[in-house]
Amino acid sequence: MTAYLIRRVLYAIPILIGVNLITFILFFIVNSPDDMARMHLGQKRVIPEAIEAWKVERGYNLPLLYNGQVEGFRRLTDTIFFQKSLKLFAFQFGLSDSGRDIGYDISQRMWPSLAIAVPVLFVGLLLNISYALFIVFFRATHIDFGSAVLLVILMSISGLFYIISGQYLMAKLWHLVPVSGYREGLESWRFLILPVLVGVISGIGSGTRWYRTLFLEEIERDYVRTARAKGLPEHLVLFRHVLRNALIPILTGVVAILPLLFMGSLITESFFGIPGLGSYTIDAINNQDFAIVRAMVFLGAVLHILGLILTDISYTLVDPRVRLP
Amino acid sequence: MHFRSGWGLAVLSLILGLTGCGHQSPWNDPYPSAESGANIYYGSFAERPKHLDPARAYSADEYAFLAQIYEPPLQYHFLLRPYRLVPLIAGEVPEPVYLNAMGDPLPKDAPPQAIAYSDYLIRIRPGIYFQPHPALASTPDGGYRYHDLDLRDLRGIHRLADFAETGTRELVAEDLVYQIKRLAAPWNHSPIAGLMRQHIQGFAELAEQLGPWLGSPPLERARALRAARLSGVEVLDRYRLRIRIQGKYPQFIYWLAMPFFAPMPWEADVFYAQPGLAERNISLDWYPIGTGPYLLVENDPNRRMVLERNPNFHGERYPSEGMPGDAERGLLRDAGNPLPLIDRAVYSLEKEDIPRWTKFLQGYYDVSGIGSDTFDQAIQIDALGNPVLTERLQQQGIRLLTAVEPSIYYLGFNMLDPLIGGDSERARLLRLALSIAVDFEEFIAIFANGRGLPAQGPIPPGIFGYREGETGINPFVYGWRDGRPQRRDIEEARALMHMAGYPNGIDPQTGRALTLNYEAVATGPDDRARLNWIRKQFAKLGVELVIRATDYNRFQEKIRNGTGQVFMWGWNADYPDPENFLFLLYGPNGKVKYQGENAANYANPEFDRLFEQMKDLPDGPERQAIIDRMLAIVRADAPWVFGFHPRSFTLHQRWLSNAYPNQMANNTLKYLRLDPADRQAARIAWNRPVLWPLALIGSLLTFLVVPGWLAVYRRERMSAL
Repeated sequence: MTAYLIRRVLYAIPILIGVNLITFILFFIVNSPDDMARMHLGQKRVIPEAIEAWKVERGYNLPLLYNGQVEGFRRLTDTIFFQKSLKLFAFQFGLSDSGRDIGYDISQRMWPSLAIAVPVLFVGLLLNISYALFIVFFRATHIDFGSAVLLVILMSISGLFYIISGQYLMAKLWHLVPVSGYREGLESWRFLILPVLVGVISGIGSGTRWYRTLFLEEIERDYVRTARAKGLPEHLVLFRHVLRNALIPILTGVVAILPLLFMGSLITESFFGIPGLGSYTIDAINNQDFAIVRAMVFLGAVLHILGLILTDISYTLVDPRVRLP
Repeated sequence: MHFRSGWGLAVLSLILGLTGCGHQSPWNDPYPSAESGANIYYGSFAERPKHLDPARAYSADEYAFLAQIYEPPLQYHFLLRPYRLVPLIAGEVPEPVYLNAMGDPLPKDAPPQAIAYSDYLIRIRPGIYFQPHPALASTPDGGYRYHDLDLRDLRGIHRLADFAETGTRELVAEDLVYQIKRLAAPWNHSPIAGLMRQHIQGFAELAEQLGPWLGSPPLERARALRAARLSGVEVLDRYRLRIRIQGKYPQFIYWLAMPFFAPMPWEADVFYAQPGLAERNISLDWYPIGTGPYLLVENDPNRRMVLERNPNFHGERYPSEGMPGDAERGLLRDAGNPLPLIDRAVYSLEKEDIPRWTKFLQGYYDVSGIGSDTFDQAIQIDALGNPVLTERLQQQGIRLLTAVEPSIYYLGFNMLDPLIGGDSERARLLRLALSIAVDFEEFIAIFANGRGLPAQGPIPPGIFGYREGETGINPFVYGWRDGRPQRRDIEEARALMHMAGYPNGIDPQTGRALTLNYEAVATGPDDRARLNWIRKQFAKLGVELVIRATDYNRFQEKIRNGTGQVFMWGWNADYPDPENFLFLLYGPNGKVKYQGENAANYANPEFDRLFEQMKDLPDGPERQAIIDRMLAIVRADAPWVFGFHPRSFTLHQRWLSNAYPNQMANNTLKYLRLDPADRQAARIAWNRPVLWPLALIGSLLTFLVVPGWLAVYRRERMSAL
């Protein structure tokens, strides 16, 4: 397994270089260093000298990808791309273009995001799997049909509708929880209960349908028929055999997203005033802060790769037949 | 056992939390219950401030905080109109002393061309101290406690508050001089550096002198800046300094009321420049150091910003003088009382309108604007066409304050364009026809919920030069009927098109509809309605408008390069002087040739000559006469379709008093008064928890789960059989 992990990590390097290069090209197609300087210096009374000084101070006065003014290897290294990208591979995100330490900001903002994402994931998982098993238990009955209709309706509703409805009912009409806001410590649950509830409910439709499909696939297998033939009660068939064997596709979906949980959700955090990472990248794009954009995209790519590796490892844990080559 | 105890704790925490730990606090109260009766102002912000360094900050989002913390020499009187400058940290409003090239004094009415320099003598009031700050903490031997930090000293330091000691010292003239030098330092990227180098003597030389330090370590830069000399700004003694301006620049006095000119202790720059602090996000751009009524105790722009009363504040009294009617409105009830009147201000980030509006209605914000989505819930138009609050808001005691902002939105024509620009009669008539056709009254009604005043020229109401009534209208676009301006009939515009050689909008050269390009910043589907509306306005005259939508970067580039034809832009005043609006049409301020703010690139020699006269004159009949002539010229040339001056609508809760719109002053938090007891009573009354839905949901779940469980049980048994 060690050899497998080393190989996967090495595969990740060209992927990360590619992601970084694509991010760089896309960003600078839309924004020039002069545009970035204007955005940071303000829109009124900006003079060319100030733009030049800003670029020099932050190293944006170099050519983007190729420096024809110098000789040798420096043609590639004396460029914005090389200067700004190299340290990322050592996870040194540096300072944002507005002068803030990106690593520190991420470390501060990831916790509120996690405070929502983790309960939404696990409560949602528990609820969706339970409901899916319940439907499978009553497959081909009115309960199955009614649930399918209900789940399709739940899936068809926009996530924004759940948020606005939740705020309207729970906070505005019934005055049970704050509309928005966040506080650290024990009292944080008062602010988290509504976004978590909204997150769980909005995910029931798609989540339950997905798990129902997985379980229905398993329930037609021979080993299930054998289990039933041995006289096992249906609930034991479902929990001991069907659920356990459906774990691989469930893990594929869950473990892969675990490392990405702290990246947060833009709309949820924006509406509920949660100071998480959800809006960090979007704000940076709007502010033309390339330092943050490249750091977040790089981090996202790393976490995605990490999630896939974790998924592979988790297969070996839940299924003894799987061996990592 | 542990499991049960954990659940017990959780349930106890839930009950205590919901009941506000025994305090009288609603369940949906977003603030700690301990704050319920405190003298705390609660507000919100939608855009995080980018900079809190007074040399860099230049936007309303930043001034909302900065103006409560930093104090420039002057401020605007809170109540008096027209806007009047009064001293803040200065002893008095300085009068310029004019000098000739030999340095000899000149009389006040000396002709501008004879004036080589204007000296502004500023006297700082003694006894003003900076807020407590680690940069000013001292050791017993009189040295600075934190000016020689190394990385070991910074262990455990993540915020400014982690420094155990703070100190202060008296504000002296040198601090203001130092701040003016900071404006020239290229690494501070001050947006007004370009302007000040034209006016303050020695400013350009200092900027050049400091240029080589741009790439140096911050500590070396700070020391170099402190040692550098700005020849035009001289310390006369501990409390007095003199600023020498080249020539005559009467508008300079207004800059002295902006945070750019708030004094800065050199110790702050040296402190923040030490290695390791920037990496911990401890910088002057994040942690201000001022002399104002408040200091920033929490800076988390992703969540909230908290201001607290500055214990070292020098003291100021609520103004005793107001306009007629102010006393009746209760605006002078606090006359003579010491400021500030509020202990603490908490501003929460609210990016979305819906939660912000809901929290305002629940009493959790003391002030609110009105978003377009919630406008109908807040405002209705009475029989006379005036905006009034809806019945619900009136019952809650909410008050509406409106004011025309010192801003203008306009539709600009690129005067360098061969078709729509230039000084040919044909192009001028075309622009005049379009000025009539683009119905900004309709635009205000549709896209601004009626919150705007159609502009008759570049100068908004409240600024000297603006004329009310019939004499103030743009006669090329409006007539005066029934006691108010009425837009000219579209037929008149068509006639102008005919005279311009475009009958029915047909370009005789092509035989097809005249085509113009409209440069627009369009980032989403919301912009479509606005762009369609503009296209329809041009279509009234048979002109085909091609919308060239792009992002803001490209839009700016087109305007800078002069490649656009028609565009919409705006301007918000820096100071209440007509020069700050008329300079937007001054030829030597053209965008393409001079990188100025004249985006239309309008250049009329007569207008420019009059502008140069007007800018140096004091307000009075002579200045008004020149402005009238300038407005007549620009209305006839029509380089802009004068759009509208936005009208701000602000809602205030009943427990907030002394709220009064002052469009020039940003430091108005200190005047506000709260009645926390009334607020708390209202919050409790407005936010009683409604519990029956919980019972209903609980019952529903029970009715679903129990039969479900029974069904499973029955089916199991059936299977077993």
